[in-house]
Amino acid sequence: MLSCREVSRLYSEQQERKLSLLESVNLRMHVAVCSACRQFGRQMTVLRTMAQSYARSPDSKQNSEGDKSGPDDPRP
Amino acid sequence: MATIPNTEIPTTDSGTRIDSADLADPQFLEPLRLQMLKFAALQLSDPDLAEDAVQEALIGALKNANAFGGRAALKTWVFAILRNKIADVLRKRQRLNEVSTTSDEDDDLDRFFVSDGHWQRNARPTSWGEPASALESRDFWRIFEACLEHLPPQQAQAFMMREFIGLDSPEICSELAIGMSNLNVMLHRARLRLRNCLENNWFAPGESSC
Ligand SMILES: [Zn+2]
Repeated sequence: MLSCREVSRLYSEQQERKLSLLESVNLRMHVAVCSACRQFGRQMTVLRTMAQSYARSPDSKQNSEGDKSGPDDPRP
Repeated sequence: MATIPNTEIPTTDSGTRIDSADLADPQFLEPLRLQMLKFAALQLSDPDLAEDAVQEALIGALKNANAFGGRAALKTWVFAILRNKIADVLRKRQRLNEVSTTSDEDDDLDRFFVSDGHWQRNARPTSWGEPASALESRDFWRIFEACLEHLPPQQAQAFMMREFIGLDSPEICSELAIGMSNLNVMLHRARLRLRNCLENNWFAPGESSC
């Protein structure tokens, strides 16, 4: 059985590469009985969404004015 | 008509006049410039290079300012240019300041895990509920930024190159002159820290999970 530390590492690496079959089986066995790691796994996906949303337009996060104009496709 | 040599910035008077009202408005420009600087400085870890990149991005934006209807669109676009500039600088650079694994970063995992590999009691992830609603909140983004700034610089740099600029792992490895396993370690730690910081300050402040 993997430790929570190992599981968190695999979840992080899952953002970088496809896990091996063995790794994903071990991961699933662990999270079947560990809710903390289950939450961690979800949060890795959320974290990426947040970062992408932030990077698209950091400044507009702090000024709600003008947000209506929507994201034009910016091509310098 | 005679043209007088002019040391000042030339103003265009043709039909394609640049509508630079927003970028000429210091109240709008200064906060934007500072934010761009912070963004660039974190990733380039060189204030001069960051200043240059921001300057170039702003000049590029000014040239095409008339193409943008609203300030939000302009900001989005200015940051898109800036990200490209940063990526250029990073690609040109042979290597960044050597990445060392400093001892304070070695302590990272001890903050989150006990020796048998289980979560520390106060670091156990709990539910974030509906995280999508946080993205609508200005306060949330302030916390997000603060958490990002609390990362050790090298972790922040790796994380931002990966998630903000969107370089893939092999690109980051070659930029930072590190191996894949070293990068994975840095990203793992950055994500653990960010997650913990967001949870403690936004999603479940003051809550100690069982
Ligand atoms: Zn676990």
